[in-house]
Amino acid sequence: MYVAVKGGEAAILATHDLIAEARRGNEAVPELAVAQIREQMGLACARIMNEGSLYDPDLAALALKQAQGDAIEAAFLMRAYRTTLPRFGSSEPVDTAQMAIRRRVSATYKDLPGGQVLGPTYDYTHRLFDFALMDGASPVAVPAAAADLLDATMPRVPDILGAEGLMEAEEPPEGDPRPFDLTREPVSFPADRDVRLQAMARGDEGFMLGLGYSVQRGYGNSHPFVGEVRVGEVSVEFVPEELGFAVDLGEITLTECQMVNQFNGTKDVPPQFTRGYGLAFGHAERKAMSMSLVDRALKAREFGEAAEYPAQQDEFVLYHSDNVEAAGFVEHLKLPHYVDFQGELELIRRIRREREQRLAGEIQETQVQETQDTLPEAAE
Amino acid sequence: MSGTTPRQQWLAILARASRAEIESLAGGLGALPDHDVLKAPETGTVMVEGRAGGAGRRFNLGEATVTRCVVRLGDGTMGFSYALGRDGRKARLAAVIDGLLQGEGEAGPLRSGVAELATRQQAARTLASRKAAATKVDFFTLVRGA
Repeated sequence: MYVAVKGGEAAILATHDLIAEARRGNEAVPELAVAQIREQMGLACARIMNEGSLYDPDLAALALKQAQGDAIEAAFLMRAYRTTLPRFGSSEPVDTAQMAIRRRVSATYKDLPGGQVLGPTYDYTHRLFDFALMDGASPVAVPAAAADLLDATMPRVPDILGAEGLMEAEEPPEGDPRPFDLTREPVSFPADRDVRLQAMARGDEGFMLGLGYSVQRGYGNSHPFVGEVRVGEVSVEFVPEELGFAVDLGEITLTECQMVNQFNGTKDVPPQFTRGYGLAFGHAERKAMSMSLVDRALKAREFGEAAEYPAQQDEFVLYHSDNVEAAGFVEHLKLPHYVDFQGELELIRRIRREREQRLAGEIQETQVQETQDTLPEAAE
Repeated sequence: MSGTTPRQQWLAILARASRAEIESLAGGLGALPDHDVLKAPETGTVMVEGRAGGAGRRFNLGEATVTRCVVRLGDGTMGFSYALGRDGRKARLAAVIDGLLQGEGEAGPLRSGVAELATRQQAARTLASRKAAATKVDFFTLVRGA
């Protein structure tokens, strides 16, 4: 049990000033503007929006600045701020088929309607330092623009397989129910897919990546292909009660991954491909891909597969993926535990005392026995 | 949005405009018309929903910040603004503009201002699409063991 402490106000105030100084660093170096972080650290901002579970690039940039670039601390700031805001309601489900695509690749089809679009990616870079960036003021090359636009809409790749009947169907359940919201209701297990997807969307990227990797390495039954990764802008629509019609609130950037997995079939289901799905705020491919691997692994129960490994166990995944909760519980160990520790100290002293007394008693008994014993070797 | 009313279209365009663009649009009117602020600019969130696999079961992806404002013009027209982000000033001006647009004919000055914004937004989308199209790729599969 944790026993609260009080006092320490002066020291705590002093540490606030000290952390502010540490955050600022050398004052001879210009201070970062939030807009610079938003524009030039966009992938970091995307991660903060996902794990903070709040889409707002400006706030994500501010969180990163305030947290000195500590991603989990920044996510914590986002979560804390979110709790101060009223919720107006839920959007219409975003339609990723209508995405204004900036990047879209498939590992399953070379030629697919709409084509393969590399977009902005580090995939084909050499991972060599660009020292021109060190000097600043590096001229930005103007990217080429093709004469023709991309197709206005591109089919989602699993839907192509679906048309052939080779892909697990993906349809809303009867009545298209409102999704469970784990920020408002306690999660129970087994958790349905809407709960799992929400938890993974706000889950730690590193944790999801490790779990996804474990599935690929054999700790889970997964042999996936990237059906498609797409990145681009999607409209968010919301129906305010007082208006009664859908209002387009603007666009958010999303990354979607559709993983295509083998499935051997069962008595009732013919062999087919099955889906793993990942969706993330901003440009966040590693997150969306990891999420889609684990999404498929977590369907083990639905497909009657043995759930032998961590990535297949919803309780394990959902209880450990939230980095704000995990960091809170791990890091609370730093806080004063004086009373608990005094208790433990007292306990271990008592146990030792009792052990010594017991041992002393046993030695006496042995000595008594030895003197009675006639066999000389027993004295050794 | 497809199959939308003119009002839905201008609300979408105003939501995507920057504060500077909205200020410039409102500045073209001279003084702002008298209006009551029925709902002061308020920032909250909307839970963004996705669908599993893109088309399946709904799930909560995460929230997004949204700012709204409701005004009533002198003639009783209600103007609304709902947009992503936390810009209260933009919300109030956009709500007034929404109110005015409802009373304005198709050739009105605000309508043409909104049309200009729409053109600019479309041009940005077109350029982004053309830049993406320049990265279209054809990978060739090599024959194994050849």
